[in-house]
Amino acid sequence: MSNAKPQIGVLAVQGAFIEHERILESLGVEVFEIRQLHDLDHHLDGLVLPGGESTVQGKLLRDLGLFEPLRQKIANGLPVLATCAGAILLAEHIAGENKAHFATLPAVIRRNAYGRQLGSFLTENEVAHIGKVPQTFIRAPFFESVGNDVEVLSRTASINTDANATSATKQIVAVKYKNQIALSFHPELNSDTSIHQYFLNLVK
Amino acid sequence: MPEQNRYELNKNLAQMLKGGVIMDVTTPEQAKIAEAAGAAAVMALERIPADIRAAGGVSRMSDPKMIKGIQDAVSIPVMAKCRIGHFAEAQILQAIEIDYIDESEVLSPADDVFHINKREFNVPFVCGAKDLGEALRRIEEGASMIRTKGEPGTGDIVQAVRHMRLMNQEIARISSLREDELFNRAKELQVSYDLVRYVHDHKKLPVVNFAAGGVATPADAALMMQLGAEGVFVGSGIFKSGNPAKRAAAIVQAVTNYTDAKLIAKLSEDLGEAMVGINEQEIALLMAERGK
Repeated sequence: MSNAKPQIGVLAVQGAFIEHERILESLGVEVFEIRQLHDLDHHLDGLVLPGGESTVQGKLLRDLGLFEPLRQKIANGLPVLATCAGAILLAEHIAGENKAHFATLPAVIRRNAYGRQLGSFLTENEVAHIGKVPQTFIRAPFFESVGNDVEVLSRTASINTDANATSATKQIVAVKYKNQIALSFHPELNSDTSIHQYFLNLVK
Repeated sequence: MPEQNRYELNKNLAQMLKGGVIMDVTTPEQAKIAEAAGAAAVMALERIPADIRAAGGVSRMSDPKMIKGIQDAVSIPVMAKCRIGHFAEAQILQAIEIDYIDESEVLSPADDVFHINKREFNVPFVCGAKDLGEALRRIEEGASMIRTKGEPGTGDIVQAVRHMRLMNQEIARISSLREDELFNRAKELQVSYDLVRYVHDHKKLPVVNFAAGGVATPADAALMMQLGAEGVFVGSGIFKSGNPAKRAAAIVQAVTNYTDAKLIAKLSEDLGEAMVGINEQEIALLMAERGK
């Protein structure tokens, strides 16, 4: 690869995309927003799928004609960092629902798995290859199961309901599968940039 | 006392709603239509503001059973309104695990002096504000999201525009003040120095700011987004119109691509009749004057 800065597209149809952009910019990469089909004319080294509402994002992706082109890019190996709603977009199956979105990540994800807003929590936990990071869960999903080739990066229990959870009862909240990193929590809401740095290592 | 980090987590939920549309719904069926059309959240209430205005009388928190019906119908966040100052209604909404409470001027105020001490709650609050001082006073009381206080149930955007412009002007003015002038500004706005200092340093409110009141068309939504709103509430504008599902979906897309006039032109075609609306001069009751 040339010395040019990596160019990262951030899906900006709805949700907390600006928070991702600020962190990526602080790490010295070039960032652009993807709101419409013509935004994909831009050179793209990596993609961020931010938090927000997955039903809204899934609908807008289809209405704006972004869905199929992005799905193909992800399936063809484009590095992706997906947080919360973004992880729901990637999962092959959404528990209790017939519909999936990109379905490029062999996993079953459960939406609002920790409950409503009163179930949201902040904790700190180990993520494989990275170390201890803050983990903010907002009406968050978790992975009920993952395919054989999917690496589990982190397991966490809700501090609200499972203060005494053992490693066996903790939920899968971060995974990596080939080019895709999917998280239940929101690294873009904390000042810690290590998850984004780890993602950029995949890009280079 | 709320748990540690709760206020931060509540501000975070508002961040997830950004770039989205929050729609008023009165039944589980309407909630499903709103969700399918791309609503980022729904506001559950018994009557939409236009009907509250028409009916007159005292308007209160909705029946919890009706709110629970809407919570069961959709997977997106569900908000509900309580009266200004009515902390017992807010306690009830927290007990049924509402995702956001709107301490709202649309309902009849329960207290003409004191707003709810929102710091005592674990669930988040959104409050209306006509200007920066009002916004910061609500944030001081514990609100984790702010919206304009455009005149509800009118389909008239003029006040939401006025509030958003005024807020932006006041933020710009604070940003340009010398540091030693901030103490006096805090005194004038009747808020703490820390909040004024935050606005000065960051050139924005410390919480997410949405537009609300009078949004009836995709163009209204685009106008508010271009004026700096981070998302919009649509109250009566959707289910008082000819084709709610189509209008709702068009407003959602207009909020995402609010600067693309060509796209918004296309979105604005064949939406059926917009809500009829009433002008601010034609109404006797200005709800925005409730709570200061």
